[in-house]
Amino acid sequence: MSLDQLFVDAKWALIRKLPEGLIPWASMLITIGVIGALAPLIMMYLTWIERKVIARMQNRFGPTRVGIYGLMQPLADGLKMLIKEDIVPRGADPLLHRLAPVLAVVPAILLFAVIPFGRNMAAVDLNVGLLYFLAVGSVGSYAIFMGGWASRSKFSVLGAMRSVAQLISYEVPSVLSVVGVMMVVGSLSLVDIVEAQAKGWFVFTPWGFVACLIFFLSGIAEVNRTPFDMPEAESELVAGFHTEYSGMKFALWYMGEFLEAFAVCALTVTLFLGGWQGPLIASWLLVFILAIVFATAKLLHPVIRALGVLLMGGLAIRFGSEPIPSWVWFLIKTYALVFVLVWLRGTFPRLRIDQLMGFAWKFLLPLALVNILAVGFWVLLPFPTGAILSVVLLVMSVGCLIRLNHPVALEPRTYILAD
Amino acid sequence: MLMIIGSGVLKGLGVTLKTFLETYPWGRAMLRVLGIAKTDGLVTIQYPDEKQEHSERFRYFPFLVYDGTPDNLRCVACRICEQECPPQCIHIVVAKDEQGRPLKANGRTLPKQFDIDISICMSCRICVDVCPFDAIEMDNQYELSGYDRAGEMYFTKEKLLKSADYFKSIKPTEAAVVDQRLAAKKKKETPG
Repeated sequence: MSLDQLFVDAKWALIRKLPEGLIPWASMLITIGVIGALAPLIMMYLTWIERKVIARMQNRFGPTRVGIYGLMQPLADGLKMLIKEDIVPRGADPLLHRLAPVLAVVPAILLFAVIPFGRNMAAVDLNVGLLYFLAVGSVGSYAIFMGGWASRSKFSVLGAMRSVAQLISYEVPSVLSVVGVMMVVGSLSLVDIVEAQAKGWFVFTPWGFVACLIFFLSGIAEVNRTPFDMPEAESELVAGFHTEYSGMKFALWYMGEFLEAFAVCALTVTLFLGGWQGPLIASWLLVFILAIVFATAKLLHPVIRALGVLLMGGLAIRFGSEPIPSWVWFLIKTYALVFVLVWLRGTFPRLRIDQLMGFAWKFLLPLALVNILAVGFWVLLPFPTGAILSVVLLVMSVGCLIRLNHPVALEPRTYILAD
Repeated sequence: MLMIIGSGVLKGLGVTLKTFLETYPWGRAMLRVLGIAKTDGLVTIQYPDEKQEHSERFRYFPFLVYDGTPDNLRCVACRICEQECPPQCIHIVVAKDEQGRPLKANGRTLPKQFDIDISICMSCRICVDVCPFDAIEMDNQYELSGYDRAGEMYFTKEKLLKSADYFKSIKPTEAAVVDQRLAAKKKKETPG
């Protein structure tokens, strides 16, 4: 048993004894069960991470009252949401109003089916995985429009309209930036894409760097995160499309949003940051860092701290010589991107709607198109020539785009009569 | 031009990252190693657990001062504070006997009722300034929550009475000035 294949081995150990015909079904059931259980957990702790990180960036503590380090806060929030009154506005479409938040969560969970969380750890290795991800991911915009329209509220409809405009705009550069990966790998399967990055992550190639930025930025815009959160701009539209939602339906909206944000981070990692590939570092280093974290966690009970350090010591003895497992690499990278997401939210104010649209259509889209040409140079020409050509092309086009997008400097107006 | 646009974005990200790191001990250590100037980090005071140090002159609601025992009030029920109070939250009834003449204790008239509706009081300290007998002073208690505005936030004489020693303990400087003034007054009265 190795640390790398821990979960895969555990799954097979569970279902090995079953009759022949049942094994595929049991395997599916376990995978679905694990994703179904982990998705709400991931969402709950994403809210915790977001609140903590944002608070720290604003010199605050964030949640501290419920549980140690506020770790039980998501549960308290969930409980609060569950016991709140469930309101459907008078005159709203009750069926669509109730259906929309569910429709927002379901595709977000479905996205997890194709993401390879580690070596042999994709739930389904679809040969059109990337296409599946892009197609299912864009279903969320239907849910948002449905929810906004069914609420019978002006704020909701305005938010929903903005959402549709924004999502359609940003889907274009996002898909075009992925084309480069398809050209290089020659496959749409996410597992193949990760395996193609064994030699070097795509983000370290000129076209990959640009595509990664385009994909991640349009990803943020597609999941309505600040600074691109036009659909729910709270200072303009109360809460945008979910103005009329309360209780658990409101929580479902948030769940859909956070899960999609997590999925976008995971897909960026898969496509450009090498997925579960990572440098061969011995596990004891990771375990050592975790032991230090346990030992220095001041708020924990000393017994728990000692047990944690002992557990880490045991892990170091048992698995220390193996390289850090693939799923740990994947989670480290994904959560690093989640941190970047929160970091961006903590730093930048919301864009104006025209700036937002302009950024998609006038900057990201042409750059994504040029990037495809750069990938062509990279793939078809021999190494130094292709690389130099693509770098030159990208730098020049970025410069041109910025110059072209630069607002015209108006001359100061003179008032003849006033002077 | 590329550099200019990118640098603005990165600078903003740098500011938030630095603030983030400053709030953790390991982050502060990292900043120290890198030689980046840092501030104290977290400035939030976790209120119910730890309390802010108030200045001596911090004031909230007024209280009535007595010397020694609670029946030895400084207040003579002259009702100046009642009339001067801008939100009119003070209510005074002079103690009188059956014939309607004011009762006296320790040679002074005294209030039968002295109520302050602290849900109306705006902590302006005018009552303290106008009181010729230094009988009313500002308290520094601020944890005065209650379930009922009319009942619990309506302070009667019994609730408002606090000793001169208490006043001395919360505001020593101000109490010294008041004591000096009272002593001077007493000296003037005695020879006359």
